[in-house]
Amino acid sequence: MPLGPDSTQDAIVSVRDLEVRFQTSDRRATVKAVDGVNFDVHRGETFGIIGESGSGKTTIGRALVFLLKPSAGAIRHEGIDPLALPRKRFQSHRRDYQIIFQDPNAALNPRMTILSSVLEPLELARAGTSAERERQAREALDRVGLPQDVGERYPHQLSGGQKQRVVIARALTLKPKLIVCDEVVAALDMSIRGDVLNLFADLQRELGLTYVFITHDLAVVSHISERIAVMYLGRFVELGPTERVSEHPLHPYTQALLSAEPRPLPSHLRQGSRIMLQGEIPSPIDPPSGCRFRTRCPYAQSLCAEQAPDWRELQPDHWVACHFAEHPDFAPN
Amino acid sequence: MPAAAPKKCRSDAAAGRAPLMSVRGLGIRFKTSLGVWQATRKIDFDIGAGERVGFVGESGCGKTITGLSILRLLPGNLAGLDGSILFDGTDLVSCSARAMRAIRGRRIAMIFQEPMSALDPVFTVGHQISETLCVHTGASKEEARAKTLEMLRRVGIASPERRIDDYPHQLSGGMRQRVMIAAALICGPQLLIADEPTTALDVTVQAQILELLRELSETSNTALMLITHDLGVVAETCTRMITMYAGEVIEDAPVDDALVRPLHPYTSGLLRSLPHLSPRHGRLPSIPGRVPSIVDMPNGCRFRARCAHAAPGCEAEQELRDAGGGRKVRCWRFRELDLPGALQHAASTPIAAMAGTP
Repeated sequence: MPLGPDSTQDAIVSVRDLEVRFQTSDRRATVKAVDGVNFDVHRGETFGIIGESGSGKTTIGRALVFLLKPSAGAIRHEGIDPLALPRKRFQSHRRDYQIIFQDPNAALNPRMTILSSVLEPLELARAGTSAERERQAREALDRVGLPQDVGERYPHQLSGGQKQRVVIARALTLKPKLIVCDEVVAALDMSIRGDVLNLFADLQRELGLTYVFITHDLAVVSHISERIAVMYLGRFVELGPTERVSEHPLHPYTQALLSAEPRPLPSHLRQGSRIMLQGEIPSPIDPPSGCRFRTRCPYAQSLCAEQAPDWRELQPDHWVACHFAEHPDFAPN
Repeated sequence: MPAAAPKKCRSDAAAGRAPLMSVRGLGIRFKTSLGVWQATRKIDFDIGAGERVGFVGESGCGKTITGLSILRLLPGNLAGLDGSILFDGTDLVSCSARAMRAIRGRRIAMIFQEPMSALDPVFTVGHQISETLCVHTGASKEEARAKTLEMLRRVGIASPERRIDDYPHQLSGGMRQRVMIAAALICGPQLLIADEPTTALDVTVQAQILELLRELSETSNTALMLITHDLGVVAETCTRMITMYAGEVIEDAPVDDALVRPLHPYTSGLLRSLPHLSPRHGRLPSIPGRVPSIVDMPNGCRFRARCAHAAPGCEAEQELRDAGGGRKVRCWRFRELDLPGALQHAASTPIAAMAGTP
C-alpha cells in the first residue's frame, strides 16, 4: 500500500488526497467541503487545524474518525485502511480514535447521571464485568480532576468546565490512541480555558495520546500544537511547525489571519500594519478558480485565477500552496 | 488624564461637562421560585459623548444585563431596578415607558451577538432598517429608503441598491451584522450598546466590523458601550475598560493603563490566563476556584476566595475607590499590590517578540 512521499513510521494517521463532498438539500449542487488534503499526524503530537467557519476543518475531523466517509482519497490509521476491515473489526478499531465536540451540553444526555454517561461507551464495547466497568469509569472521572461524588449528579448540576471534563473522561474510558478535539474550549470562559487546556496536555503526557486540535482560535491552537495546518475553503494553504507558521507565515491568508487577531496589548505595542481582508469566505458550492484565496488576496495576480497553486514543501517540513510564497513582499515584519 | 494615553480621550469629566450617561448605584434584582436574586449591585460608571467603553468579564458577571437595563429591556421576572441611569438629563430607571420608547432605538441603540436571531426573517433588510426611522422621525417611505441606502453604504455593504430588498437569509454573517449596525445607527443615536457584536463572526470579518464600529463612532461622535469577553477586542476598539466580576464593577480605567498595570487582582488574573500571554506549550495559568453563585454571594470582596492577595480586611464591604488618573478600583489593597499586566505576562512569549518588546 503506497502511503505517499512523506509517510513515516510514526504516522498514526495519514491522509492522502482526501475529498468529502455533500449534496445540497435540493440535490442540485455538490459542496466540496474537503477538496484534496494531504497530511500525516505523528504519534504523540498535537496537530492543530485552524480555519474560519466553512473552511472544512470540522469535516476533516469527522472524517478522521469515520463519522463521515471520504468521497475520495484515503485515510489510514497506523497504515490500516479501516474501511477495508470487516464490520466487527471496524467497530472495535474505531474505539481507538475518539472525538470531542464543542458543546458539552449537547454531548451529555440531561436525563442520565454523569456515571451512566461515562459508562455507556464501556457497555457498548462490552468491556469486562459491570464492576470493572464502573471502576474504570470512576477512574476516568478522577483522572480529569472531578470530585468523587460527581458520578451521581446530572449535567445541569455541573459548570461548563466540569461538563467538558466529563466528556473528556468519557472519551478516555476506551483508552484511545488519538482524540480529535473540535473547538473543545470555545464554549468555556477564559479563566477556565487554561485549566482544560492544561488537562489535555497532562493527559497527553501520561497516556501518550495524540490530538488533532481543531479550532478557529489562533491563540489556543498555537499554544497547544506542535504543528499547525491552516485551512481555507476545503484545502490546506499552509502546514508547518507552530513556531514557523505563527511567526514566519508563508501564505498571505495565514498572514492576514494572524494580523486580524485582536491582541490584548496596549496600543503602542500592537502591530501597526494590519492586513485587512475584504469580504468573506466564498461559498464552497462555487469556489473561485485557481487559488481559492485569490478573491480576497491582496497580492493576487492573473496566474492565481488560472492555475491552482501546488502544495509544496518550501522549507523543511513547512508546506504552502501559493504561487508567490517566495515573494519578498510576503515576508512578515 | 494620564500623559501616557496616546489616544485622544474625549473625557467629559476632564472637560468639566456632565457625561452623556451617568450610572449610579445600579442594582438589578430578579424573582425566581427560590426567592429574589441580586444580579448586579452598586454599578457606577460614566460614559462620555463619543467615548468607547469596553465592558469585560466572564459569563454571569452581569455585563449583558447591565447593557439591557439601560434600555429597560429586562425579562418579566424583574423584581426591582435600583439606583439611577442619568442619560442626557433623563433618568432611565424612573422615566415613563413612553419616554423610554422615545429614547430606545433613537438616542440609544443596541446590537446583539447573533444577527440572525435579531433580524426578522420575513422582512427585507431595507424594511427593517427604515422602520426604525419611520417610527421615530415620521420620515416618508421615500425619504426612509434613501436614508437606508445611504446607511447601508456607510456600513460597507457593496451595491446597497441590490441588497436593500434582500432577506436576512440571503446575506452572509458579516453582512447581517453590518445590517444590524445600519439599523442601530439610522436614527443617529448618541449611544450604541454592542453586546458581543463579533463573537459569532470569523476573525477576519471581526476585524472589519470592529474597524467599522470604531470609525463610525469617531466620525459621528457616537458613544460605544462594547460588551465582550475578549480583552483583545477591547484593547483594539475602546478607550476605556470596565471589568466586572460577580455582579459588580471591580475596575474602571483607560484601556492601556488597565492592560499595562491592572489595579485589581482579577483583572491581572484574566490577563494572565490568556494563551496569547503565556509561553508556548507551557502551563496556562488560571484563576483557581469558581465565580461565587448568585444565591450564595460572600460578604466583603467577592473575589477574595480566589484571590492570591486576600488578607484580613478583605471580608469588609468593598467600595469602588478613586485610584487617581481617571481610574477606579474595588480593592482596598490596590496601593500596596504591584500586579503584573499584559507586558510582564507577555515577557518571553511570541506575542512580545512580535510586538517588539525586549
